[in-house]
Amino acid sequence: MVTESMPPTYRLTEEQTLLRDAVRVIADERVAPRAAEIDKSGEFPQDLRELLAAQDILALPFPVKFGGLGGELLTVCLAIEQLSRACATTGLILAVQELASLPLLIAGTDGQKARWIPKLASGEHLIAFAVTEAEAGSDVAAIRTRAVRDGDDYVITGSKRFISHGSVADLVTVFAVTNADPTAARSRRLSCFVVEVPTPGFEVTRIEHKMGLRGSPTAELAFDGVRVPVANRIGNEGDGFELAMKTFDRSRPGIAAQAVGIAQGALDVAAAYARDRRQFGKRIGDFQLVAGMLADMDATTESARQLLYKACVEIEAGTPDASRWSAMCKLVAGDAAMRVTTDAVQVLGGYGYIDEFPVERMMRDAKITQLYEGTQQIQRLVVARALLGKDD
Amino acid sequence: MRIVVLVKPVPDPASGSERLGPDGRLDRAVAPNVVNGNDEFALEAALKLVEAAGEGEITLLSMAPANAPETLRKALAMGATRAVHVTDAALAGSCAVSTAAVLARALRDLEFDFVLAGIDASDGVGGIVPAAIAAHLGLPYLSYAQRIEPDMTTRTIRVRRTSPTGYDLLEAPLPAVIGCTQALGEPRYPSLKGIMAARGKEIVTRSLADLGLDPATHGANAATTALLDSTMPPSRGATEIVRGTPDEGAARIVDFLVERRII
Repeated sequence: MVTESMPPTYRLTEEQTLLRDAVRVIADERVAPRAAEIDKSGEFPQDLRELLAAQDILALPFPVKFGGLGGELLTVCLAIEQLSRACATTGLILAVQELASLPLLIAGTDGQKARWIPKLASGEHLIAFAVTEAEAGSDVAAIRTRAVRDGDDYVITGSKRFISHGSVADLVTVFAVTNADPTAARSRRLSCFVVEVPTPGFEVTRIEHKMGLRGSPTAELAFDGVRVPVANRIGNEGDGFELAMKTFDRSRPGIAAQAVGIAQGALDVAAAYARDRRQFGKRIGDFQLVAGMLADMDATTESARQLLYKACVEIEAGTPDASRWSAMCKLVAGDAAMRVTTDAVQVLGGYGYIDEFPVERMMRDAKITQLYEGTQQIQRLVVARALLGKDD
Repeated sequence: MRIVVLVKPVPDPASGSERLGPDGRLDRAVAPNVVNGNDEFALEAALKLVEAAGEGEITLLSMAPANAPETLRKALAMGATRAVHVTDAALAGSCAVSTAAVLARALRDLEFDFVLAGIDASDGVGGIVPAAIAAHLGLPYLSYAQRIEPDMTTRTIRVRRTSPTGYDLLEAPLPAVIGCTQALGEPRYPSLKGIMAARGKEIVTRSLADLGLDPATHGANAATTALLDSTMPPSRGATEIVRGTPDEGAARIVDFLVERRII
């Protein structure tokens, strides 16, 4: 999907710069002032969800034909990065809207897209992505939620765990087993459905209390005989596993963008502190041990950023190595975010440990980027497999 | 309503990277270019007029080096309809007189009801081009506008011109050229929709040959002004910043002036 706006060089285009700066202004003026309170209260920021909708930020990932702004992957990631600099919870609103819509965007019919995308693009509807179960995290193929064909419907029974936005979504992209035959190929057992909620049999049974990303509701969802029409199935029966893997190829950069944003936010706070704080008669940034840390934090963040941008361009161009690029950028960015935020707390010393400064929140927020959307260990497996191929 | 807005890409004053090249002139290769500040205010005024009228088109007109389209994109993203970009290697180093002649010639090929231009540009700060263009075209020139009110039915335009005592009220028949000040109102930040829509907007390029102009009468060799010398301003001495309530501030300022026997 190469378009004319794709940079043949290593610089952002003027359009991408404008867009990044537009989102940055919104993030600095409207999102940042709310970040601490969102973390403290643990409440989903409806006001910021509405702000993102009103500013057309939620329209970025969707095709113009269905009411979106037709942004490329890099454009969407630039927006996620700028939002996450101010507040990781808010950045996730855009990231999940993209993630959960990807199966529909990749394999949905025009009719399905026309049904659901306009309201996703306008932000009137939120969508969640339900693969993970209590006993199936990294091992996606091991999920047990069943979807049984019954006339013109499927009946879905099971439960999903750790579903971001599960309690605030209007649509849930659900992956379920449609072929329970033990001799069936492991990668052909699953199918993908869009469930419109509320609906009979669907219940939010739990909201997790998390270390970080505390304003983002992470839910357990129960499906007790939930009926969905066949028209709500995305792709053919058995396509679910492949569809999930293709989704991750495009969604992992979104999480990498969140991680880069978190890292940059923490670096900004640490650098400003090092300029202002004076000990032993000079600013602490002039002590080499501190300067060295800050330099490493900057280099770490920038390299994660550049890998992310490159990965986005490659994936958008249709590279056959999409899995490698997406796993690699998420791997590097997640580790970068954890390292940079931890060091940011260190630079601030005692002040880094109290909630008067945002870096302790950023450190707590950063950790999830090493866990979700595929653990760092899974990302490594993907990269290694791309490098080594299969054992003949 | 057809409005032309004159737009000049200038080095970004906010970037702090303005510096002089070896020829003593502003090094335009260094700083990132942005749309001249006053021109953004002019464009904002045009956008508001079109919105209020419920119809209209805004054409940007710019005489600038070949890389101008990048800079014009923000102005298109703000909502301008299209852009006309006059560019030619022979135009490098043109003086203000030449610039005005070229832009006036380009305007003869456009249909417009009025032309808006920032009162001056942040790089040269000459402030004569809009007036010179009006003179070339034999059009009324209404300067230092703080409010603009066109009347398309009577084909007239009213402008409040900033004056030392407040403002003067001017009226002229259309078409006319209006010099715009920042009092017209803060330029909008382009919306995401506007930024993405700018992709599809037309930028027409015109060379000196397209305009039927002789390169020998433009550019550095034909310039009517010569740069004799340029220096950086001396760095500021110690400054005292007065903080506090207005009363506290006023008291401190009075003390300051008394200390220096100014009052």
